[in-house]
Amino acid sequence: MGNRVAIVGAGMTKFVRRAQETGQELAFYATKMALDSCGMKLDQIDGVVLGSAPDTFDGVHMKGEYLSPGAGAWGKPYMRCYVGGGTGVFAVAHGWYHVASGVFDTCLVVCEEKMSSYQPHAQGAFLTIFDHTTERPLKPNLLWIFALEMNRYMTTYGLRKEDIALVAVKNKNNALDHPAAQLGGKVTLDDILSSEVLAWPVQRLDVSPVSDGAVAVILANETVARRVTDKPVWIEGVGWSLDTAYWTNRDLCYPRYVEEAARMAYKMAGVTDPRHQIHIAEPYDPFDYKELHHMEGLLLCGRGEAPQLTVDGVTQRDGELPVCPSGGLLGVGNPIAAAGLMKVAELFWQLRGEAGKRQVARKVKRGVAQAWGDLMQVGTVVVVGI
Amino acid sequence: MTNKVAVVGIGATQFRSISPDVSYKELMFEAAVKAYEDAGIDPRRDVDTFVTCAEDYHEGTSIFDEYVPDQLGAALKQMHTISGEGLHGIAAAWLQIMTGEFDVAVVEAHSKASNILTPDGVAVCAQDPIFNRPLGLNNLFIAGLEMNLFLQRSGLTSEHCAAVVKKNRANALANPIAGRAAKLSVDDFRTSPMVAFPLSELDIAQPVDGAVVVVLASEAWLRKRHGYNSKPVFLSGVGWCNGSFSLESRTWERQDFVTKAADMAYRHAGIECPAKEIDFAEVDDTYSYKELQHLVELRLVGEGELKGWIESGRTELKGNLPVNSSGGALGMGYLYEATGLARFYWAVQELRGACGKNQLPNPRTALVHAWRGLPTTSAAVAILTV
Repeated sequence: MGNRVAIVGAGMTKFVRRAQETGQELAFYATKMALDSCGMKLDQIDGVVLGSAPDTFDGVHMKGEYLSPGAGAWGKPYMRCYVGGGTGVFAVAHGWYHVASGVFDTCLVVCEEKMSSYQPHAQGAFLTIFDHTTERPLKPNLLWIFALEMNRYMTTYGLRKEDIALVAVKNKNNALDHPAAQLGGKVTLDDILSSEVLAWPVQRLDVSPVSDGAVAVILANETVARRVTDKPVWIEGVGWSLDTAYWTNRDLCYPRYVEEAARMAYKMAGVTDPRHQIHIAEPYDPFDYKELHHMEGLLLCGRGEAPQLTVDGVTQRDGELPVCPSGGLLGVGNPIAAAGLMKVAELFWQLRGEAGKRQVARKVKRGVAQAWGDLMQVGTVVVVGI
Repeated sequence: MTNKVAVVGIGATQFRSISPDVSYKELMFEAAVKAYEDAGIDPRRDVDTFVTCAEDYHEGTSIFDEYVPDQLGAALKQMHTISGEGLHGIAAAWLQIMTGEFDVAVVEAHSKASNILTPDGVAVCAQDPIFNRPLGLNNLFIAGLEMNLFLQRSGLTSEHCAAVVKKNRANALANPIAGRAAKLSVDDFRTSPMVAFPLSELDIAQPVDGAVVVVLASEAWLRKRHGYNSKPVFLSGVGWCNGSFSLESRTWERQDFVTKAADMAYRHAGIECPAKEIDFAEVDDTYSYKELQHLVELRLVGEGELKGWIESGRTELKGNLPVNSSGGALGMGYLYEATGLARFYWAVQELRGACGKNQLPNPRTALVHAWRGLPTTSAAVAILTV
């Protein structure tokens, strides 16, 4: 592995349904907070990496160029990476290779999303992600295809909707303690099961909201990291894997691409037994079943076993393996790329013991964050440790 | 930074004004097959990481990176998109190999320009939606303004720009994949319709369809695979930089982001005096005057010397610093994100001595430059050596 890379600072805006700020301003606020959190100035940043999902949300072509001034990229090497919903966690891998290569001493990673510009609802933007010849004429939307996947997952392992919905209960309640959360709430299992059916088995409260927001983290090599902070959080491993575009030809019950990404990251991090060596996890949870699906892909439990862990309380903040202590996308909100980076920021705060009311009960030294995107197709994974 | 990075394979399709017989996937596949054959590799077995460069609005598909793995042999492997120039993709692959975690990297970029029904409308969407778009500025109008300023400051005339067009399109006659080759006369320029004074139609690079794939590898892998006597082309430096995004706050007299990108590449390649050490250059010529402007910003020629240079033919094939012996974007055609990669492809061919009638005598160091076009201030530079 190249030079050691640490996360030394993080910042995020509040996630909201409709921000008054422009995308540039959101990126600016997150960047400013990340710099302030470690007492660094923009002059000390060698390069900037940006993550943001489809340009259609904002209606801005070359959105990366548009966001560059807000992300502090003026006069600096600047690149925008893109793997759909997986972008938020991938951006950290992108920043990682900037620094690990030895070419950069420091790298600022900014993820921004402004979904509210799309009227009346950002779901419309997703009509344009499907294959123009074979799929778009069917007018599919994301709720449908994820309902297919959720159904397949439940059918394959004989899972109960009630058990899966517990994830939404946990995450929305966790988010009550997150000062930047959009959708924290004292939600009960009954609330979820009686919410409006969108596309069976997906109900309204099984799904994360549409959000605006931005998150930034600062990466540094070992020399700089030791200088600016006493508590660097090391990036121990990164991984990503992109499966075929022909999602209809795959068995949707298991996210193999997540496993491939996880194996890459674990190998780099020297993790041979993730169930014991990972102490805290922030898997991607745009839908409640996805958290479970991804725990399995991350090899944190066997296939079809994740719901039982939730039922047993293992994944609660005071449990043996806290999962989404932040509140996840279901609770904190889902500004696509920013939501992924929020997960890495959460691990940064948890590992440093700075998560306040969200701080998990057990002592945690190593965590994994993961995001997922495209056509149920890409897994992106970052392992961090102290 | 001990990992030297070599270019071990290149492949490209023909660049054509239309390509109704093939899809973008087939274009990518053809370029990839040629590049893998050139490198003597099997993508499923030998490639560690793939990078593709694309913008959603050019593709007409949101989250376009969904549709790239299959035709490159990258399904379920490490693959991600850079929403940037092909040379940004080269930078991303270069950094990854330098970490020591990856040996072989593939970079792809393509253009299916003939599918874009409203290119001007798409281009306008790249402007700031609040401050610039309401003004109804066509990008070519902005280019006309800039050309006027450039000619006024440098004391050059439209004839000097016409000389660039004439040179590049004639050079393209001997480039077998070029799509806009032509032998132009003075009369052609006299009758070329004015687009935005002083920018006439012939001053503008016209779009073409095509794809380019490049295979990079670490020196260690190369030696193991091809022995110690092989003489590859090395990628000895890469630089990239963004300037001011907003039209109203940039320094129109200078393109300092180009200079910064070049200086970064020079530093890594150990080049102290570019004007002496660069044997030939492939420089952005999206508009004719841009080639001249960029030559100054790349520190290859002083602003005061430009006039004498053009009039004495120093940038022609037989001059001291041949510029765009490929034909450039004016001669090969404008390939959107793949424009820089097409230059890169040609520069590698020159260094390998495979350019037929346009072969330069024994070149050793090449500069490849790309700019993302209006309204961006995003440039990238690569230095290739043998």
